[in-house]
Amino acid sequence: MTPLLSVKGITKRYGAHIGCADVSFDLYPGEVMGIVGESGSGKSTLLNCMAGHLVPDAGQVVFDTRVAGPTDTVTMSEPERRMLSRTDWAFVHQHARDGLRMGVSAGGNVGERLMAVGERHYGDIRGKAADWLERVEIDAGRIDDRPTTFSGGMQQRLQIARNLVTGPRLVFMDEPTGGLDVSVQARLLDLVRGLVRDMGLSAIIVTHDLAVVRLLADRLMVMKSGHVIEAGLTDQVLDDPQHAYSQLLVSSVLQV
Amino acid sequence: MTDQAYNFAYLDEQTKRMIRRAILKGLAIPGYQVPFASREMPMPYGWGTGGVQVSAAVLTPDDTFKVIDQGADDTTNAVSIRTFFERTAGVATTTATADASVIQTRHRIPEDQLSEEQILVYQVPIPEPLRFLEPRESETRKMHSLEEYGLMHVKLYEDISCHGHIATSYAYPVRVEGRYVMDPSPIPKFDNPKMADMAAIQLFGAGREQRIYALPPYTKVVSLDFEDHPFEASKADHPCGMCGAEDSYLDELIVDDTGGRMFVCSDTDYCEARQAAGHKGKDAA
Ligand SMILES: Nc1ncnc2c1ncn2[C@@H]1O[C@H](COP(=O)(O)OP(=O)(O)O)[C@@H](O)[C@H]1O
Ligand SMILES: [Mg+2]
Repeated sequence: MTPLLSVKGITKRYGAHIGCADVSFDLYPGEVMGIVGESGSGKSTLLNCMAGHLVPDAGQVVFDTRVAGPTDTVTMSEPERRMLSRTDWAFVHQHARDGLRMGVSAGGNVGERLMAVGERHYGDIRGKAADWLERVEIDAGRIDDRPTTFSGGMQQRLQIARNLVTGPRLVFMDEPTGGLDVSVQARLLDLVRGLVRDMGLSAIIVTHDLAVVRLLADRLMVMKSGHVIEAGLTDQVLDDPQHAYSQLLVSSVLQV
Repeated sequence: MTDQAYNFAYLDEQTKRMIRRAILKGLAIPGYQVPFASREMPMPYGWGTGGVQVSAAVLTPDDTFKVIDQGADDTTNAVSIRTFFERTAGVATTTATADASVIQTRHRIPEDQLSEEQILVYQVPIPEPLRFLEPRESETRKMHSLEEYGLMHVKLYEDISCHGHIATSYAYPVRVEGRYVMDPSPIPKFDNPKMADMAAIQLFGAGREQRIYALPPYTKVVSLDFEDHPFEASKADHPCGMCGAEDSYLDELIVDDTGGRMFVCSDTDYCEARQAAGHKGKDAA
Protein backbone atom coordinates (compact mmCIF):
# COMPACT_ATOMS: atom_id res chain seq x y z
CA MET A 1 0.00 0.00 0.00
CA THR A 2 1.20 3.54 -0.78
CA PRO A 3 1.66 5.67 2.35
CA LEU A 4 -0.63 8.69 2.45
CA LEU A 5 2.25 10.70 3.86
CA SER A 6 5.91 9.84 3.74
CA VAL A 7 8.18 12.08 5.80
CA LYS A 8 11.87 11.80 4.97
CA GLY A 9 14.71 13.37 6.92
CA ILE A 10 12.86 16.53 8.00
CA THR A 11 15.20 18.98 9.71
CA LYS A 12 14.45 22.51 10.87
CA ARG A 13 16.91 24.79 12.64
CA TYR A 14 16.28 28.14 14.26
CA GLY A 15 19.69 29.70 13.70
CA ALA A 16 22.10 27.36 15.40
CA HIS A 17 19.32 25.93 17.54
CA ILE A 18 17.67 22.66 16.46
CA GLY A 19 13.88 22.68 16.07
CA CYS A 20 13.64 19.09 14.85
CA ALA A 21 16.24 16.86 13.26
CA ASP A 22 16.17 14.11 10.66
CA VAL A 23 12.63 12.88 11.28
CA SER A 24 11.32 10.14 8.99
CA PHE A 25 8.15 8.04 9.09
CA ASP A 26 5.29 6.78 6.93
CA LEU A 27 1.62 7.34 7.63
CA TYR A 28 -0.84 4.97 5.97
CA PRO A 29 -4.45 5.81 5.05
CA GLY A 30 -6.75 5.65 8.06
CA GLU A 31 -3.87 5.74 10.53
CA VAL A 32 -3.52 8.12 13.46
CA MET A 33 0.00 9.03 14.50
CA GLY A 34 0.64 10.59 17.88
CA ILE A 35 3.68 12.75 18.55
CA VAL A 36 4.55 13.15 22.22
CA GLY A 37 7.36 14.76 24.14
CA GLU A 38 7.94 17.46 26.69
CA SER A 39 7.51 21.13 25.92
CA GLY A 40 10.24 22.36 23.57
CA SER A 41 10.99 18.89 22.16
CA GLY A 42 10.17 19.98 18.61
CA LYS A 43 6.63 18.61 18.12
CA SER A 44 5.07 21.80 16.78
CA THR A 45 8.08 22.53 14.62
CA LEU A 46 7.78 19.12 13.00
CA LEU A 47 4.01 19.44 12.55
CA ASN A 48 4.33 22.88 10.97
CA CYS A 49 7.02 21.62 8.60
CA MET A 50 4.72 18.81 7.50
CA ALA A 51 1.71 21.10 7.08
CA GLY A 52 3.63 23.62 4.99
CA HIS A 53 3.57 26.42 7.57
CA LEU A 54 7.34 26.23 8.00
CA VAL A 55 9.92 25.49 5.32
CA PRO A 56 12.26 22.72 6.52
CA ASP A 57 16.01 23.12 6.00
CA ALA A 58 16.20 19.57 4.70
CA GLY A 59 13.94 16.66 3.94
CA GLN A 60 10.80 15.77 2.04
CA VAL A 61 7.12 15.59 2.91
CA VAL A 62 5.66 13.32 0.25
CA PHE A 63 1.86 13.31 0.08
CA ASP A 64 -0.16 10.92 -2.07
CA THR A 65 -2.08 13.55 -4.04
CA ARG A 66 -5.31 12.71 -5.85
CA VAL A 67 -4.08 14.21 -9.09
CA ALA A 68 -0.44 13.23 -9.39
CA GLY A 69 0.14 10.52 -6.77
CA PRO A 70 3.04 10.86 -4.29
CA THR A 71 4.45 14.42 -4.54
CA ASP A 72 6.94 16.29 -2.36
CA THR A 73 4.91 19.11 -0.86
CA VAL A 74 8.02 21.01 0.24
CA THR A 75 9.07 21.64 -3.34
CA MET A 76 5.65 21.85 -4.99
CA SER A 77 4.47 25.33 -6.03
CA GLU A 78 2.86 27.53 -3.39
CA PRO A 79 -0.55 27.61 -5.14
CA GLU A 80 -0.59 23.80 -5.19
CA ARG A 81 0.37 23.61 -1.54
CA ARG A 82 -2.23 26.19 -0.51
CA MET A 83 -4.84 24.30 -2.51
CA LEU A 84 -3.93 21.10 -0.65
CA SER A 85 -4.24 22.84 2.67
CA ARG A 86 -7.83 23.83 1.96
CA THR A 87 -8.94 20.59 0.37
CA ASP A 88 -7.16 17.39 1.38
CA TRP A 89 -5.49 18.76 4.49
CA ALA A 90 -6.88 20.19 7.67
CA PHE A 91 -5.09 21.93 10.52
CA VAL A 92 -6.58 22.25 13.98
CA HIS A 93 -4.78 24.86 16.05
CA GLN A 94 -4.37 24.69 19.81
CA HIS A 95 -5.98 28.10 20.16
CA ALA A 96 -9.30 28.20 18.32
CA ARG A 97 -8.90 31.89 17.58
CA ASP A 98 -5.86 31.09 15.43
CA GLY A 99 -8.02 28.80 13.32
CA LEU A 100 -11.31 30.73 13.23
CA ARG A 101 -12.46 34.06 11.84
CA MET A 102 -13.79 35.62 15.00
CA GLY A 103 -15.67 38.37 13.13
CA VAL A 104 -17.59 35.92 10.93
CA SER A 105 -20.64 33.83 11.94
CA ALA A 106 -20.30 30.12 12.76
CA GLY A 107 -21.98 29.29 9.44
CA GLY A 108 -19.60 31.56 7.54
CA ASN A 109 -16.64 29.97 9.30
CA VAL A 110 -17.71 26.48 8.28
CA GLY A 111 -18.74 27.60 4.80
CA GLU A 112 -15.48 29.38 3.99
CA ARG A 113 -13.64 26.29 2.79
CA LEU A 114 -16.61 25.30 0.63
CA MET A 115 -16.65 28.72 -0.99
CA ALA A 116 -12.88 28.61 -1.33
CA VAL A 117 -13.18 25.51 -3.48
CA GLY A 118 -15.90 27.06 -5.62
CA GLU A 119 -19.28 26.22 -4.07
CA ARG A 120 -21.70 28.94 -5.11
CA HIS A 121 -25.10 27.81 -3.86
CA TYR A 122 -25.97 29.65 -0.66
CA GLY A 123 -28.63 27.16 0.40
CA ASP A 124 -26.29 24.20 -0.05
CA ILE A 125 -23.45 25.90 1.78
CA ARG A 126 -25.73 26.82 4.66
CA GLY A 127 -27.21 23.33 4.75
CA LYS A 128 -23.78 21.74 4.95
CA ALA A 129 -22.69 24.22 7.62
CA ALA A 130 -25.76 23.43 9.73
CA ASP A 131 -25.14 19.73 9.24
CA TRP A 132 -21.55 20.06 10.38
CA LEU A 133 -22.47 22.11 13.41
CA GLU A 134 -24.73 19.26 14.51
CA ARG A 135 -21.99 16.73 13.84
CA VAL A 136 -19.70 18.55 16.25
CA GLU A 137 -22.57 18.88 18.74
CA ILE A 138 -23.26 22.58 18.27
CA ASP A 139 -26.96 23.49 18.05
CA ALA A 140 -27.63 24.47 14.43
CA GLY A 141 -29.67 27.36 15.83
CA ARG A 142 -26.31 29.01 16.64
CA ILE A 143 -25.37 29.13 12.94
CA ASP A 144 -25.56 32.92 12.71
CA ASP A 145 -23.77 33.57 16.01
CA ARG A 146 -20.16 34.64 16.11
CA PRO A 147 -17.55 32.37 17.71
CA THR A 148 -16.86 35.09 20.27
CA THR A 149 -20.16 34.08 21.92
CA PHE A 150 -19.05 30.40 22.15
CA SER A 151 -17.33 28.61 25.04
CA GLY A 152 -13.75 27.37 24.58
CA GLY A 153 -14.90 23.82 23.90
CA MET A 154 -17.47 24.99 21.35
CA GLN A 155 -14.90 27.14 19.59
CA GLN A 156 -12.61 24.14 19.31
CA ARG A 157 -15.45 22.01 17.91
CA LEU A 158 -16.33 24.78 15.46
CA GLN A 159 -12.72 24.83 14.33
CA ILE A 160 -12.92 21.10 13.70
CA ALA A 161 -16.17 21.45 11.71
CA ARG A 162 -14.65 24.26 9.64
CA ASN A 163 -11.73 21.98 8.81
CA LEU A 164 -13.60 18.78 8.07
CA VAL A 165 -16.39 20.21 5.92
CA THR A 166 -14.44 19.67 2.67
CA GLY A 167 -13.73 16.03 3.53
CA PRO A 168 -9.97 16.23 3.98
CA ARG A 169 -7.88 13.07 4.03
CA LEU A 170 -5.23 14.20 6.48
CA VAL A 171 -5.72 16.21 9.66
CA PHE A 172 -2.90 17.89 11.56
CA MET A 173 -3.69 18.73 15.17
CA ASP A 174 -1.49 20.68 17.54
CA GLU A 175 -2.49 20.13 21.18
CA PRO A 176 -6.21 20.10 20.28
CA THR A 177 -7.27 19.70 23.91
CA GLY A 178 -4.71 22.06 25.43
CA GLY A 179 -6.22 24.78 27.57
CA LEU A 180 -9.62 23.07 27.93
CA ASP A 181 -11.17 21.82 31.19
CA VAL A 182 -10.74 18.11 31.78
CA SER A 183 -14.43 17.27 31.27
CA VAL A 184 -14.50 19.36 28.08
CA GLN A 185 -11.33 17.59 26.91
CA ALA A 186 -12.95 14.18 27.31
CA ARG A 187 -15.96 15.19 25.24
CA LEU A 188 -13.76 16.65 22.50
CA LEU A 189 -11.60 13.53 22.38
CA ASP A 190 -14.68 11.33 22.06
CA LEU A 191 -15.91 13.51 19.25
CA VAL A 192 -12.57 13.45 17.41
CA ARG A 193 -12.33 9.69 17.83
CA GLY A 194 -15.79 9.24 16.36
CA LEU A 195 -15.07 11.51 13.39
CA VAL A 196 -11.74 9.85 12.66
CA ARG A 197 -13.43 6.47 12.66
CA ASP A 198 -16.52 7.50 10.66
CA MET A 199 -14.63 9.44 8.02
CA GLY A 200 -11.68 7.08 7.83
CA LEU A 201 -9.39 10.05 8.47
CA SER A 202 -5.67 9.92 8.77
CA ALA A 203 -4.33 12.22 11.44
CA ILE A 204 -1.17 13.44 13.08
CA ILE A 205 -1.76 14.62 16.63
CA VAL A 206 0.79 16.52 18.63
CA THR A 207 0.30 16.48 22.37
CA HIS A 208 2.15 16.37 25.62
CA ASP A 209 -0.78 14.49 27.12
CA LEU A 210 -0.32 10.72 26.96
CA ALA A 211 -4.00 10.13 27.70
CA VAL A 212 -4.81 11.80 24.38
CA VAL A 213 -2.60 9.49 22.36
CA ARG A 214 -3.71 6.44 24.34
CA LEU A 215 -7.27 7.19 23.19
CA LEU A 216 -6.64 8.33 19.61
CA ALA A 217 -3.33 7.17 18.20
CA ASP A 218 -2.53 3.89 16.51
CA ARG A 219 1.15 4.64 16.54
CA LEU A 220 3.38 6.90 18.55
CA MET A 221 6.61 8.81 18.16
CA VAL A 222 8.44 10.10 21.22
CA MET A 223 10.49 13.26 20.67
CA LYS A 224 13.29 14.72 22.74
CA SER A 225 15.46 17.72 21.83
CA GLY A 226 14.21 17.67 18.25
CA HIS A 227 14.91 13.97 17.68
CA VAL A 228 12.55 11.00 17.51
CA ILE A 229 13.97 8.68 20.12
CA GLU A 230 11.35 5.95 20.04
CA ALA A 231 8.48 4.96 17.77
CA GLY A 232 6.02 2.09 17.62
CA LEU A 233 2.47 0.96 18.25
CA THR A 234 0.87 3.13 20.92
CA ASP A 235 0.18 0.35 23.41
CA GLN A 236 3.62 -1.08 22.90
CA VAL A 237 5.41 2.20 23.56
CA LEU A 238 3.20 3.17 26.50
CA ASP A 239 3.22 -0.27 28.15
CA ASP A 240 6.78 -1.26 27.42
CA PRO A 241 8.91 1.81 26.64
CA GLN A 242 12.43 0.95 25.56
CA HIS A 243 14.23 4.26 25.75
CA ALA A 244 15.11 5.57 29.20
CA TYR A 245 13.49 8.94 28.42
CA SER A 246 10.25 7.27 27.26
CA GLN A 247 10.22 5.27 30.46
CA LEU A 248 10.53 8.46 32.43
CA LEU A 249 7.80 10.15 30.40
CA VAL A 250 5.42 7.23 30.81
CA SER A 251 6.07 6.65 34.48
CA SER A 252 5.70 10.31 35.37
CA VAL A 253 2.31 10.34 33.75
CA LEU A 254 1.23 7.06 35.25
CA GLN A 255 1.99 8.40 38.71
CA VAL A 256 -0.33 11.34 38.23
CA MET B 1 -7.06 80.82 -19.39
CA THR B 2 -4.15 78.57 -18.53
CA ASP B 3 -2.29 79.60 -15.43
CA GLN B 4 1.31 79.73 -16.67
CA ALA B 5 2.77 79.00 -13.23
CA TYR B 6 1.91 75.33 -13.75
CA ASN B 7 2.86 72.68 -16.27
CA PHE B 8 -0.07 71.50 -18.43
CA ALA B 9 -2.61 69.83 -16.11
CA TYR B 10 -0.58 70.78 -13.03
CA LEU B 11 1.69 67.69 -12.82
CA ASP B 12 5.18 67.76 -14.32
CA GLU B 13 5.84 65.65 -17.40
CA GLN B 14 7.91 63.07 -15.55
CA THR B 15 5.16 62.43 -13.02
CA LYS B 16 2.58 62.13 -15.78
CA ARG B 17 4.79 59.63 -17.58
CA MET B 18 5.06 57.59 -14.38
CA ILE B 19 1.27 57.63 -14.00
CA ARG B 20 0.76 56.72 -17.67
CA ARG B 21 3.05 53.72 -17.23
CA ALA B 22 0.90 52.59 -14.30
CA ILE B 23 -2.23 53.11 -16.41
CA LEU B 24 -0.79 51.10 -19.30
CA LYS B 25 0.16 48.31 -16.95
CA GLY B 26 -3.34 48.41 -15.50
CA LEU B 27 -4.86 48.17 -18.98
CA ALA B 28 -2.60 45.24 -19.80
CA ILE B 29 -3.70 43.38 -16.63
CA PRO B 30 -7.38 44.28 -16.26
CA GLY B 31 -8.50 44.59 -12.65
CA TYR B 32 -4.98 44.34 -11.19
CA GLN B 33 -4.07 47.08 -8.71
CA VAL B 34 -0.88 48.80 -9.89
CA PRO B 35 1.04 50.73 -7.21
CA PHE B 36 2.06 54.24 -8.16
CA ALA B 37 3.80 57.12 -6.41
CA SER B 38 0.82 59.33 -5.65
CA ARG B 39 1.65 63.07 -5.57
CA GLU B 40 0.39 65.75 -3.25
CA MET B 41 -2.38 67.60 -5.02
CA PRO B 42 -3.68 71.03 -4.03
CA MET B 43 -6.86 69.50 -2.57
CA PRO B 44 -7.69 67.07 0.26
CA TYR B 45 -7.52 63.29 -0.29
CA GLY B 46 -11.27 62.81 0.11
CA TRP B 47 -11.68 64.98 -2.99
CA GLY B 48 -10.51 62.36 -5.40
CA THR B 49 -6.82 63.10 -5.77
CA GLY B 50 -6.34 59.66 -7.33
CA GLY B 51 -8.85 60.43 -10.05
CA VAL B 52 -7.40 63.91 -10.52
CA GLN B 53 -3.90 62.51 -11.08
CA VAL B 54 -5.20 59.96 -13.58
CA SER B 55 -7.15 62.69 -15.42
CA ALA B 56 -4.06 64.91 -15.44
CA ALA B 57 -2.05 62.10 -17.00
CA VAL B 58 -4.53 61.37 -19.80
CA LEU B 59 -5.80 64.88 -20.67
CA THR B 60 -4.59 66.53 -23.88
CA PRO B 61 -5.21 70.17 -24.93
CA ASP B 62 -7.92 68.97 -27.36
CA ASP B 63 -9.95 67.15 -24.75
CA THR B 64 -13.34 68.16 -23.40
CA PHE B 65 -13.61 67.43 -19.71
CA LYS B 66 -16.64 66.61 -17.56
CA VAL B 67 -16.79 65.97 -13.82
CA ILE B 68 -19.65 64.26 -12.05
CA ASP B 69 -20.13 63.79 -8.35
CA GLN B 70 -22.98 61.43 -7.39
CA GLY B 71 -24.39 62.05 -10.85
CA ALA B 72 -24.35 65.85 -10.63
CA ASP B 73 -22.05 68.35 -12.33
CA ASP B 74 -22.74 71.18 -9.91
CA THR B 75 -21.59 69.97 -6.48
CA THR B 76 -18.73 71.83 -4.82
CA ASN B 77 -16.44 68.88 -5.45
CA ALA B 78 -17.30 68.56 -9.13
CA VAL B 79 -17.07 72.31 -9.73
CA SER B 80 -13.70 72.63 -8.06
CA ILE B 81 -12.14 69.75 -10.00
CA ARG B 82 -13.57 71.10 -13.26
CA THR B 83 -12.24 74.57 -12.44
CA PHE B 84 -8.88 73.09 -11.51
CA PHE B 85 -8.39 71.64 -14.99
CA GLU B 86 -9.82 74.70 -16.72
CA ARG B 87 -7.16 76.71 -14.94
CA THR B 88 -4.19 74.33 -15.13
CA ALA B 89 -4.84 72.68 -18.51
CA GLY B 90 -7.05 75.20 -20.26
CA VAL B 91 -9.20 72.35 -21.57
CA ALA B 92 -12.80 72.84 -22.63
CA THR B 93 -15.33 71.57 -20.13
CA THR B 94 -18.89 70.42 -20.49
CA THR B 95 -21.75 68.94 -18.53
CA ALA B 96 -23.05 66.99 -21.52
CA THR B 97 -21.95 63.37 -21.33
CA ALA B 98 -21.98 62.93 -25.09
CA ASP B 99 -19.68 65.96 -25.63
CA ALA B 100 -17.01 64.92 -23.13
CA SER B 101 -13.90 62.97 -24.10
CA VAL B 102 -12.69 62.52 -20.52
CA ILE B 103 -15.18 62.12 -17.67
CA GLN B 104 -14.03 62.03 -14.07
CA THR B 105 -16.61 60.55 -11.73
CA ARG B 106 -17.37 59.85 -8.12
CA HIS B 107 -20.09 57.32 -7.22
CA ARG B 108 -21.82 57.01 -10.63
CA ILE B 109 -21.55 55.88 -14.23
CA PRO B 110 -23.47 58.09 -16.67
CA GLU B 111 -26.76 56.69 -17.95
CA ASP B 112 -25.86 57.44 -21.56
CA GLN B 113 -23.86 54.72 -23.24
CA LEU B 114 -20.23 55.76 -23.56
CA SER B 115 -18.24 55.40 -26.78
CA GLU B 116 -14.79 54.29 -27.86
CA GLU B 117 -13.75 57.96 -28.03
CA GLN B 118 -14.26 58.42 -24.28
CA ILE B 119 -12.34 57.73 -21.07
CA LEU B 120 -14.12 57.33 -17.75
CA VAL B 121 -11.95 58.09 -14.68
CA TYR B 122 -13.20 56.86 -11.30
CA GLN B 123 -12.23 58.29 -7.93
CA VAL B 124 -11.50 55.40 -5.58
CA PRO B 125 -11.31 55.63 -1.78
CA ILE B 126 -10.43 51.98 -0.96
CA PRO B 127 -9.13 49.91 -3.87
CA GLU B 128 -8.79 46.57 -2.03
CA PRO B 129 -12.03 44.55 -2.07
CA LEU B 130 -10.64 41.93 0.35
CA ARG B 131 -9.60 44.52 2.93
CA PHE B 132 -12.53 44.33 5.35
CA LEU B 133 -12.08 40.59 6.09
CA GLU B 134 -8.32 40.41 5.66
CA PRO B 135 -6.56 43.58 6.81
CA ARG B 136 -3.04 42.29 6.07
CA GLU B 137 -1.83 43.73 2.76
CA SER B 138 0.77 40.94 2.38
CA GLU B 139 -2.03 38.37 2.61
CA THR B 140 -4.49 40.12 0.25
CA ARG B 141 -1.73 40.47 -2.33
CA LYS B 142 -1.09 36.73 -2.09
CA MET B 143 -4.82 36.00 -2.39
CA HIS B 144 -4.98 38.01 -5.60
CA SER B 145 -1.90 36.39 -7.06
CA LEU B 146 -3.19 32.89 -6.25
CA GLU B 147 -6.83 33.71 -7.13
CA GLU B 148 -7.97 32.73 -3.65
CA TYR B 149 -11.26 34.59 -3.61
CA GLY B 150 -13.38 32.43 -1.29
CA LEU B 151 -13.39 35.26 1.24
CA MET B 152 -15.39 37.53 -1.07
CA HIS B 153 -18.19 35.03 -0.99
CA VAL B 154 -17.91 34.74 2.80
CA LYS B 155 -18.81 38.42 2.87
CA LEU B 156 -21.83 37.86 0.62
CA TYR B 157 -22.78 34.80 2.70
CA GLU B 158 -22.73 36.93 5.86
CA ASP B 159 -24.87 39.50 4.07
CA ILE B 160 -27.55 36.97 3.22
CA SER B 161 -27.51 35.22 6.59
CA CYS B 162 -27.89 38.60 8.26
CA HIS B 163 -30.39 40.34 5.95
CA GLY B 164 -31.99 37.54 3.95
CA HIS B 165 -30.50 38.95 0.75
CA ILE B 166 -27.23 40.44 -0.46
CA ALA B 167 -27.43 43.82 1.23
CA THR B 168 -24.25 45.22 -0.31
CA SER B 169 -25.55 47.98 -2.56
CA TYR B 170 -22.45 50.11 -3.23
CA ALA B 171 -18.90 49.08 -4.16
CA TYR B 172 -20.30 45.70 -5.09
CA PRO B 173 -17.34 43.42 -5.97
CA VAL B 174 -16.78 42.16 -9.50
CA ARG B 175 -14.59 39.57 -11.20
CA VAL B 176 -12.72 40.90 -14.21
CA GLU B 177 -12.15 38.62 -17.21
CA GLY B 178 -12.47 35.63 -14.88
CA ARG B 179 -9.28 36.70 -13.12
CA TYR B 180 -8.98 39.61 -10.67
CA VAL B 181 -11.64 40.51 -8.15
CA MET B 182 -12.02 44.29 -8.23
CA ASP B 183 -13.71 47.01 -6.19
CA PRO B 184 -15.68 49.17 -8.65
CA SER B 185 -15.44 52.19 -6.28
CA PRO B 186 -18.60 53.21 -4.41
CA ILE B 187 -20.93 53.26 -7.41
CA PRO B 188 -24.40 51.80 -6.79
CA LYS B 189 -24.64 48.17 -7.86
CA PHE B 190 -27.22 49.40 -10.40
CA ASP B 191 -24.21 50.68 -12.38
CA ASN B 192 -22.23 47.42 -12.26
CA PRO B 193 -23.59 45.98 -15.53
CA LYS B 194 -22.54 49.17 -17.36
CA MET B 195 -18.89 48.40 -16.62
CA ALA B 196 -19.11 45.16 -18.57
CA ASP B 197 -18.34 45.36 -22.27
CA MET B 198 -18.11 49.15 -22.11
CA ALA B 199 -16.71 50.78 -25.25
CA ALA B 200 -14.90 53.47 -23.28
CA ILE B 201 -11.66 52.99 -21.36
CA GLN B 202 -12.27 52.86 -17.60
CA LEU B 203 -9.49 54.02 -15.26
CA PHE B 204 -9.56 53.89 -11.47
CA GLY B 205 -7.35 56.07 -9.28
CA ALA B 206 -6.87 55.79 -5.51
CA GLY B 207 -4.73 58.69 -4.27
CA ARG B 208 -4.28 58.00 -0.58
CA GLU B 209 -3.81 54.26 -1.22
CA GLN B 210 -1.55 54.88 -4.23
CA ARG B 211 -3.17 52.40 -6.59
CA ILE B 212 -4.34 52.57 -10.19
CA TYR B 213 -6.36 49.91 -11.96
CA ALA B 214 -8.14 49.77 -15.28
CA LEU B 215 -10.60 48.11 -17.62
CA PRO B 216 -9.79 48.23 -21.32
CA PRO B 217 -12.74 48.57 -23.72
CA TYR B 218 -15.08 45.59 -24.00
CA THR B 219 -13.87 43.84 -20.86
CA LYS B 220 -15.83 41.04 -19.22
CA VAL B 221 -16.96 42.21 -15.78
CA VAL B 222 -19.15 39.94 -13.65
CA SER B 223 -20.71 40.84 -10.31
CA LEU B 224 -20.14 38.14 -7.69
CA ASP B 225 -23.18 36.27 -6.42
CA PHE B 226 -24.67 32.91 -5.48
CA GLU B 227 -26.62 30.65 -7.82
CA ASP B 228 -29.66 30.90 -5.57
CA HIS B 229 -29.12 34.62 -4.80
CA PRO B 230 -28.26 36.04 -8.21
CA PHE B 231 -26.91 39.57 -8.58
CA GLU B 232 -29.59 42.18 -9.19
CA ALA B 233 -28.90 45.69 -10.48
CA SER B 234 -31.59 47.18 -8.28
CA LYS B 235 -32.89 50.73 -8.10
CA ALA B 236 -35.88 52.50 -6.56
CA ASP B 237 -39.00 51.12 -8.22
CA HIS B 238 -40.31 54.42 -9.62
CA PRO B 239 -40.09 56.50 -12.77
CA CYS B 240 -38.17 59.79 -12.53
CA GLY B 241 -40.50 62.52 -11.26
CA MET B 242 -38.96 65.11 -13.58
CA CYS B 243 -38.34 63.30 -16.87
CA GLY B 244 -40.34 60.09 -16.45
CA ALA B 245 -37.36 57.83 -17.20
CA GLU B 246 -37.92 54.25 -16.03
CA ASP B 247 -34.41 53.01 -16.66
CA SER B 248 -32.24 55.44 -14.72
CA TYR B 249 -30.83 55.40 -11.21
CA LEU B 250 -32.87 57.61 -8.91
CA ASP B 251 -32.18 59.79 -5.91
CA GLU B 252 -34.90 60.19 -3.34
CA LEU B 253 -35.53 63.83 -2.44
CA ILE B 254 -37.52 65.19 0.48
CA VAL B 255 -39.47 68.02 -1.11
CA ASP B 256 -41.34 69.63 1.78
CA ASP B 257 -41.46 69.60 5.56
CA THR B 258 -44.47 67.25 5.68
CA GLY B 259 -42.45 64.25 4.49
CA GLY B 260 -43.34 64.63 0.82
CA ARG B 261 -40.77 62.94 -1.39
CA MET B 262 -39.96 62.50 -5.00
CA PHE B 263 -37.64 60.39 -7.08
CA VAL B 264 -35.43 62.02 -9.68
CA CYS B 265 -32.60 60.87 -11.93
CA SER B 266 -29.25 61.00 -10.14
CA ASP B 267 -27.64 61.73 -13.54
CA THR B 268 -28.66 65.38 -13.95
CA ASP B 269 -27.36 65.69 -17.50
CA TYR B 270 -29.40 62.68 -18.58
CA CYS B 271 -32.51 64.06 -16.90
CA GLU B 272 -32.16 67.57 -18.32
CA ALA B 273 -31.57 66.26 -21.82
CA ARG B 274 -34.73 64.17 -21.58
CA GLN B 275 -36.76 67.09 -20.31
CA ALA B 276 -35.40 69.29 -23.11
CA ALA B 277 -36.56 66.62 -25.54
CA GLY B 278 -40.08 66.92 -24.15
CA HIS B 279 -40.23 64.03 -21.65
CA LYS B 280 -42.18 64.89 -18.55
CA GLY B 281 -42.49 63.15 -15.18
CA LYS B 282 -45.46 63.41 -12.82
CA ASP B 283 -43.71 65.93 -10.55
CA ALA B 284 -42.50 68.21 -13.34
CA ALA B 285 -43.83 71.74 -13.19
N1 LIG C 1 10.29 30.68 15.98
C1 LIG C 1 11.25 30.13 16.74
N2 LIG C 1 12.46 30.73 16.81
C2 LIG C 1 13.46 30.17 17.54
N3 LIG C 1 13.35 29.03 18.23
C3 LIG C 1 12.16 28.39 18.19
C4 LIG C 1 11.06 28.89 17.43
N4 LIG C 1 10.01 28.05 17.57
C5 LIG C 1 10.46 27.05 18.36
N5 LIG C 1 11.74 27.23 18.73
C6 LIG C 1 12.56 26.33 19.56
O1 LIG C 1 12.61 25.08 18.92
C7 LIG C 1 12.44 24.04 19.85
C8 LIG C 1 11.21 23.22 19.53
O2 LIG C 1 10.06 24.03 19.74
P1 LIG C 1 8.58 23.50 19.45
O3 LIG C 1 8.59 22.84 18.12
O4 LIG C 1 7.66 24.62 19.66
O5 LIG C 1 8.41 22.40 20.58
P2 LIG C 1 7.09 21.77 21.21
O6 LIG C 1 5.95 21.99 20.26
O7 LIG C 1 7.43 20.34 21.35
O8 LIG C 1 6.88 22.42 22.52
C9 LIG C 1 12.37 24.71 21.23
O9 LIG C 1 13.67 24.71 21.77
C10 LIG C 1 11.92 26.10 20.91
O10 LIG C 1 12.41 27.02 21.87
MG1 LIG D 1 4.05 22.98 20.64
